[in-house]
Amino acid sequence: MSVPGSWYLILAAVLFGVGAFGLLVRRNILIMFMCLELMLNAVNLTLVTYSRMLNDIAGQVSVFFVLVVAAAEVVVGLGLIVAIFRGKRQVTADDLHVLRG
Amino acid sequence: MFAAISAPDFFTFAAAAIAAVAGAIGVVTLRHPVHAALMLVMTFFAIAVLFVEQGAQFLAAVQVIVYAGAIVVLFLFVIMLLGVDKKETVFPKDSVSWKLPAGLVLSIAILVELSILAKGVWATGAHSVTAAPNGHSNVGVLARAVFTTYLLPFEATSVLLVIAVLGAVVLARVSKIQEDISSESALEDEMGEVNAR
Repeated sequence: MSVPGSWYLILAAVLFGVGAFGLLVRRNILIMFMCLELMLNAVNLTLVTYSRMLNDIAGQVSVFFVLVVAAAEVVVGLGLIVAIFRGKRQVTADDLHVLRG
Repeated sequence: MFAAISAPDFFTFAAAAIAAVAGAIGVVTLRHPVHAALMLVMTFFAIAVLFVEQGAQFLAAVQVIVYAGAIVVLFLFVIMLLGVDKKETVFPKDSVSWKLPAGLVLSIAILVELSILAKGVWATGAHSVTAAPNGHSNVGVLARAVFTTYLLPFEATSVLLVIAVLGAVVLARVSKIQEDISSESALEDEMGEVNAR
């Protein structure tokens, strides 16, 4: 018998938690972005696990679409980082307080 | 509980899980962005192994090609291009002092919540009676679902990708007006220097 699905779900929860921690604590925008990718991957793992547990292909199709959206998001996000860097010469989140009220 | 799991399955899961968590912790704690990106590759590979373990072979291949290949290479390109690959302190003193404990508390809350959800029966829903993903070829079943039931969303993703490409082009190129302003100001600076002499 293969490994039970709840183990995969707990592993995905751990990955998501670590990614969320990094996103909240780190200041370098590039590393924050990598943590975001980590969280997306944790969700993908959850979807594939549910797809196996429920014997339904829809979970895997969702992962497929998440992949496409993640690729688009990375392209636009890195474009934004390059644009910010051009103006500010640095990419830490603490330097970007222009919109602070 | 342990006796019911076959040894190869267990060891594959354990190795991949350890690699994934170690990579994730590496991404969060390493100072150098390039090292963090390489740790991210390790996590992506481990997750691809877990996909194969669960019979999602096509997604595992796509995971390696798109995530570990394209996306991380894009990250490395930007890191190298901007020259921001210098080290930074992971938990700097000068930033908001309660940031680290607050982040820790919030992420542990998320972790506990998700773990409770993972153990719950009510979160798993009903079993599908048709279209078993296992048994047939994974690619075939996935392709049938994508090109019949999910055809409209699939076509919509192509529009999304075009928009993303256009957005990236618009963001990345220096606009003509901005260029003029910067060259004018450079000219003024030069004139000022000449006048000062």
